[in-house]
Amino acid sequence: MSASTPYLKPGLAKPVPAGDGLDAPYWDGLKDGKLILQRCNGCGKFQWGPEWVCHRCHSFDLGWQETVPEGILYSHQRIWHPVHPALAEQGPYVVVLVELPTADNVRIVGNLVGDPMQPLVIGSDVRGVFEHHPDDDPPNTLLQWEVFPG
Amino acid sequence: MSDRTLRGKVAVAGVAETEYYKWGRSPDPEFKLAIQAILKACENAGVDPRDVDGFSSYSNDRSDASRMSAALGCKQLSFASMQWGGGGGGGSGAVANAAAAVATGQAECVVVFRALAQGQFGRFGQGPRSKVVSGPAAHTLPYGLMSAAHQFAMKVNRYMHDHGVRQEALRAVSLAAYHHAQANPRAVMHGRPLDEAKYDESRWIVEPFHLFDCCLENDGAAAMVLVAAERANDFPHPPCYLLGAVSGSQHRAGATVHNTPEYASSSFTTVAPRLYNMAQVGPADVDVLQSYENFTGGVMMSIVEHGFCTAEEVNDFLTYENLIAPSGKLPLNTSGGNLAECYMHGLGLNIEAVRQIWGESTSQVPGAEISMVTSGPMVTPVSCCIFGSEATL
Repeated sequence: MSASTPYLKPGLAKPVPAGDGLDAPYWDGLKDGKLILQRCNGCGKFQWGPEWVCHRCHSFDLGWQETVPEGILYSHQRIWHPVHPALAEQGPYVVVLVELPTADNVRIVGNLVGDPMQPLVIGSDVRGVFEHHPDDDPPNTLLQWEVFPG
Repeated sequence: MSDRTLRGKVAVAGVAETEYYKWGRSPDPEFKLAIQAILKACENAGVDPRDVDGFSSYSNDRSDASRMSAALGCKQLSFASMQWGGGGGGGSGAVANAAAAVATGQAECVVVFRALAQGQFGRFGQGPRSKVVSGPAAHTLPYGLMSAAHQFAMKVNRYMHDHGVRQEALRAVSLAAYHHAQANPRAVMHGRPLDEAKYDESRWIVEPFHLFDCCLENDGAAAMVLVAAERANDFPHPPCYLLGAVSGSQHRAGATVHNTPEYASSSFTTVAPRLYNMAQVGPADVDVLQSYENFTGGVMMSIVEHGFCTAEEVNDFLTYENLIAPSGKLPLNTSGGNLAECYMHGLGLNIEAVRQIWGESTSQVPGAEISMVTSGPMVTPVSCCIFGSEATL
């Protein structure tokens, strides 16, 4: 799924791949509407955040694997106090930590789209919503989440 | 007992802090604040500052040790150490590093210090203003996760969910700190008491943190002078020995993008047992606790991970009555701490722990013999230490 409007007001820093290229396939994947995470070719396990070595088997042969953007709400926070001028008029917004059972339970961070005052329930099923920013400089895509089934 | 210990090998000769200011209000630049605190601590110890031969700090303190040694005209520099990691995680780690230098003969008289002038160098509680972001922060900041409160709130929410912790437990930590600050004229919140209604009505910063669950932001400096235990009786104060000091964090605590396996944690699960093992005491022996409050939820998890109660007992244990001096089961943050005395990245907590041993606290626990500090919950590395009176050796 893709979002029709951005969740947060514009003006926060735009994500760019790390200078050493460590997470470039992830950001490239999001632009294509795909969730692509680091997966070790040595032991076959996902790891996140990305690193230059597998923390399990110490293999340097780390590949990248697409996984389905469906997960479980692991934790959440409803943020009220703006700490950036871009969010001065935002009002409350929700950040969630999502666990991905299809990727060895690694976790990623995003926003929970919809009413910021919606109930936040740990354990809820959530699915990804790709939020494309083609007109940003540089263009980028964020991965947001919604409770599923809504 | 193994020789590989700091127990009883180092003593605290003197402590001091500058006047504590609201952030941005210091009339002096940061390095001058550091000098002031160090000179006051030497005066408190009766030590000639020229005999200080080592400096230990943390959280990337900007007051460079070599410049400080030169500024103070020290006869020599024997030890200069910076504990890795941010926030207050290194507060007791810097004490451990300084103590290790003294105990192993690397240095004779080491000052632990921390100085902050946020007017000069910018605030902690604001998000960065850059146009682009890369590295681990790129995976959080564009979603509006960009302050310390945001970094930790999801750990606390998960912990409260897992263990049925109520908001009142966090509130008790804040109420106890503000209660103690009313007795402490140094405290920034002296004369500004807090009650349950004022807490409950205060605005959310980020759930589950109300305004009063969050540390202050301040300018100032604090310092502590460490010497070999053999010299403990050469100074004006009663002897105060370091019984143990350790730092670290559990397995993969530093995994990025919130992927640490033991997520809902203050990071002390492997650190606390090492502290008790070195100090040869247990939680039941601790008379008074200074527990770093970046946010009250971190105090809650630190208290559990140091064995003062179980996670399931938090609602019953973390009450105002239990946490205040002199009558509580575990008097907590008896200077007012980071919530209500001053946010000096927690070195004020170490100073307060020493004052409890000296009988000099403004909220004294009668007969305090064993006094503990936990520094910087939820970051990595964290650290903790225990001070003891002569009777504890």
